[in-house]
Amino acid sequence: MQDSLKMSTVDLDFYYGNFHALHGVTIDFYENQVTALIGPSGCGKSTLLRCLNRMNDLIPYTRVEGKVCLDGEEIYEPDVDVVALRRNVGMVFQKPNPFPKTIFENVAYGLRVNGIKDKAFLADRVETTLKQAALWDEVKDRLHDSALDLSGGQQQRLCIARAMAVEPEVLLMDEPASALDPIATQKIEELIRELKKRYTIIIVTHNMQQAARVSDITAFFYLGEIIEVDKTETLFTRPKLKQTSDYITGRFG
Amino acid sequence: MNRMKHKNGVRVRRKVIQGAMFGIFKICAAANGIALAIMLYFLVSRGWRAISWTFLTQPPIDSMTKGGILPCIVGTLCLSIGAIAVALPIGVASAIYLHEYAHPGRILRLIRLGINNLAGVPSVVFGLFGLAFFVVYLDMGVSILAGALTLGALTLPVIIGSTEEALRAVPDTYREASLGLGATKWQTIYRVVLPTALPGILTGTILGISRAAGETAPIMFTAAVFFTPSLPTSIFDEIMALPYYIYVLATAGTDIEATRPLQYGTALVLIALVLGLNLIAIIYRSRLRRGR
Repeated sequence: MQDSLKMSTVDLDFYYGNFHALHGVTIDFYENQVTALIGPSGCGKSTLLRCLNRMNDLIPYTRVEGKVCLDGEEIYEPDVDVVALRRNVGMVFQKPNPFPKTIFENVAYGLRVNGIKDKAFLADRVETTLKQAALWDEVKDRLHDSALDLSGGQQQRLCIARAMAVEPEVLLMDEPASALDPIATQKIEELIRELKKRYTIIIVTHNMQQAARVSDITAFFYLGEIIEVDKTETLFTRPKLKQTSDYITGRFG
Repeated sequence: MNRMKHKNGVRVRRKVIQGAMFGIFKICAAANGIALAIMLYFLVSRGWRAISWTFLTQPPIDSMTKGGILPCIVGTLCLSIGAIAVALPIGVASAIYLHEYAHPGRILRLIRLGINNLAGVPSVVFGLFGLAFFVVYLDMGVSILAGALTLGALTLPVIIGSTEEALRAVPDTYREASLGLGATKWQTIYRVVLPTALPGILTGTILGISRAAGETAPIMFTAAVFFTPSLPTSIFDEIMALPYYIYVLATAGTDIEATRPLQYGTALVLIALVLGLNLIAIIYRSRLRRGR
């Protein structure tokens, strides 16, 4: 397992208006590893995730303090191109949100907005990406049907394919399986284990078993602070703090 | 099972009240359809005899007591299409600015106040404004151009309102997904938001066309004339228009009683034209929705 640092935050504070959502969060994310962020609702894990590709910029009256680095470069510096950042740090959302376009156009979207028009290249990338997302066999005969006709689980894998098509380096996943049934969830989890060979993956989840199954490192959040970060196996079997063990054993949260 | 049986009196009273309320609502809802049906019945029963090939393809003759209404049909089509050509791009662009770009603040409130007030201005005031501004001040004369601009101003709030509504109905998750893929804000709007909102925008356009085609007051000073036998050749020509022609025949014609059938016939054509324009938009819209 490689241990090279991909992203990190240092003393990150985040405010929604007057609400102080993240308190001095410092955490490292490593290449080819899955990092799971767990914790009760409203603890700031999704907020942290959305700081990593500056998605929070879209919300008015928010403020960021501290550092977030991608490959050692600060992403909140004024001269950073947010559009380019988001191409490198892709995102998969909680609810499957394919565009009301065809399956093909959904996957090709990220490439098209990057100015790629070469049809052969697009077709090739769409096929490769759908294969990586383990969706190709299910949709290869209906690439030009609406993506909204797919099942929820298929839609979510399509969204993962859509995010991968632009070849980002980091994939952020915000509870990617929470709206899916157990079988679809299992497929997504298999996919995540497969994808970590190529990406740095950071996943927010409410499902402790899921965190245990897919992640290498787990960070436990509570009230906007990181309580404990460790190798997933260690955190779930021998947590250092009582608060962590209370949460993972279901005593609160 | 006794728990499920109320005392008889209570149950009956509740049932009566519920039945009465729903009955009233039903009548109110039905009144819409009935009003349209009565109107159509009057127009069709009194006007259909006037409709003929000559009526649709010839200009009026004999001091507008005989002949057809072709110049009016052409005129109303020109004005409606012209008004939409003016109002649709400006209206959609305004709505995009207001909903997607503008930051809440005093300027936004002022613009909204302006739009809301524009929507409340009586149509005859638009007519006078068009006369003063387009016809006289900008020296366009009584012309299709001046009429289309005036009607465009009148339709603008309708189009802005329905476009904003349509943009609001586009889920934010689409915008997030697009931005998350490294699209710019404009790419997001152009490639995802607008196509998704298009059916709703078209609904607004339908309403806009209907309103523009039927208005009389805004065009009587700016575009329409009492009588002209020739068809327009440029946007600077004056024209006849269906609603104004009905008004003329019914109030100032040479023989008001004798032209009654012509008045009903003209009204029927106007209604058919509006419904026809609506139909085109509805078909186009349903095709868009199916295409998803």
